[in-house]
Amino acid sequence: MAAAKLQPVPTAGNEAPAPERSAEDIAGQAYFDRIIAEDSRIEPKDWMPAAYRKTLVRQISQHAHSEIIGMQPEANWITRAPSLKRKAILMAKVQDEAGHGLYLYSAAETLGTPRDVLNQQLLDGKAKYSSIFNYPARSWADMGAIGWLVDGAAIANQVPLCRASYGPYGRAMVRICKEESFHQRQGFEILLELSHGTPEQKQMAQDAVDRFYAPALMMFGPPDDDSPNSKQSMAWNIKRFSNDELRQRFVGMIVEQAKVLGLTLPDPELRFDEETGQWIHMELDWQEFKDVIAGRGPCNAQRMARRREAHEDGTWVREAARAYAEKQLKKVGAA
Amino acid sequence: MTATHASPDHSLDSFGDAAASATRVTPGNALRPEDIAVRPDKPSDDVAEYALRLGDDSLILAQRLSHWISRGPELEEDIALGNIALDLLGHARSFLIYAGHTLGRSEDDLAYWREEEEFRSAWLFEQPNGDFGVTIARQLIVSIYQHLLYSRLVNSSDTMIAAISAKALKEVDYHRDHATQWTLRLGDGTEESHERMQAALEFVWPYVDELFDEDALFERLGDAGVRPSTLREQFDAEIAAVIDEATLSLPALPRAMGGGRRGLHTEHLGYLLAEMQVLARKHPGATW
Ligand SMILES: [Fe+2]
Ligand SMILES: [Fe+2]
Repeated sequence: MAAAKLQPVPTAGNEAPAPERSAEDIAGQAYFDRIIAEDSRIEPKDWMPAAYRKTLVRQISQHAHSEIIGMQPEANWITRAPSLKRKAILMAKVQDEAGHGLYLYSAAETLGTPRDVLNQQLLDGKAKYSSIFNYPARSWADMGAIGWLVDGAAIANQVPLCRASYGPYGRAMVRICKEESFHQRQGFEILLELSHGTPEQKQMAQDAVDRFYAPALMMFGPPDDDSPNSKQSMAWNIKRFSNDELRQRFVGMIVEQAKVLGLTLPDPELRFDEETGQWIHMELDWQEFKDVIAGRGPCNAQRMARRREAHEDGTWVREAARAYAEKQLKKVGAA
Repeated sequence: MTATHASPDHSLDSFGDAAASATRVTPGNALRPEDIAVRPDKPSDDVAEYALRLGDDSLILAQRLSHWISRGPELEEDIALGNIALDLLGHARSFLIYAGHTLGRSEDDLAYWREEEEFRSAWLFEQPNGDFGVTIARQLIVSIYQHLLYSRLVNSSDTMIAAISAKALKEVDYHRDHATQWTLRLGDGTEESHERMQAALEFVWPYVDELFDEDALFERLGDAGVRPSTLREQFDAEIAAVIDEATLSLPALPRAMGGGRRGLHTEHLGYLLAEMQVLARKHPGATW
């Protein structure tokens, strides 16, 4: 669902100075620099700086974890969906997110870190995921607000990532973005239906938008002057636009859509500044953002407990599959 | 790649593509529930009752299976069980919409506003998920049964029942394969998985016989329906072959009484319906 800005990643600047470099490294670096300068793609077997690889593994796996944890708030409403058609659409949507997680883990694996290891980092609480998923899905209208705002912000974040310099990441994003547009549309339609429904339904929709607006804007990460790692990511052609640029673009998009919905964005300062061509929006509560990332959000413990429970409950199943595969292999060997 | 910042399509056309996402692996998107809804075909009273039974079986199981999404033993199973649930929900919607043409009720009226004793599903479908083994054991029985049933119903004299069954057949074929593959792995995997899978089979086995019970409806249905007793022999042979290959043994347990086709259910269905219906019932007359 979300390629939110997750947490600072170590960059070349944070690394210890490299010792004597081999001829191969020097040639590799030259090749890498040329590919980046040409805005072409780095592929798995190509030489790449250790910091570039590390940054990518971190970013891609955080993104994958976000897809997986992001299934939970919406799965929370599948069994209570108020019509069979909505139930089917929501099920397909949440299932897509599992698929996104798989594409992304595969992309990360091409950088040499297996899915098991990444998953373990998540379970051990060593890896981060998008903080938006630590907010509870309290009502059915949250299925609308999440689709519209959260998947919407994910799209704004992810479309430029389709051109990320690392080939497998960019290609995974292309597949994912196709589905995200369907996700946003289904969220928008849920809200549209509610806002044209009974007064209770309309209130439910407004309440959901009120709760998800600010957290969705925070998905783009801290303001540019407080986002020290963005620069390196942009220099590597991983990131194409700054956090604030992406946030601007997103606000412009949802302002128009909110009008169609007949819902209000809970932002008294929201206006378009003709002079600068910028959207002015309210100050976001970055302390809350930091708190949620640090584990103090409303649902952090619940989300992690569910993931661990599913993993532990599934241990005997995965062991059985492994044992069965080994037996089959032996049978083939013996034949 | 379509999704830059174009505003979403504001029309409320049906989401025919809900089932067409890239992670879908089962075939067939031909006959959608929405297509059936706009057709004039009205089943006879008996066929409507039959469609209600077929629809309720799949609806109740879809509701059960959907609980696995985000809880599977691995991501691939979140997707696979989600797919199966989605397929079953599609079949349920088709049958309920069709039945509703004669009953004068929409699919959502039937799903959300009937009382427990009005549901016509057999007891197996409402049994709790248990561990992954129980879910697989239940699915193995259901998908072998449904595969045999739909293989015959494609020739139903009722053309809509035949058409829905033709679409469902392709999908339950995949469900059957999935359940079979897992039964083999769990049965012939580790000692623990073998024990759990045997226990799982024993948990669901008492509910098998009800699937093959017959009542007067089948006499009236004639060639529109399939007498379930005529499927039994092949069902026994197929399931025995899987169980045998999985190094498990066929349970020898007395059958549960059953009664779902008459609206008499186990204690589990009430809770399932309470959860499924709660939101819709809080807002009578609302659309979603
Ligand atoms: Fe999404
Ligand atoms: Fe996603």
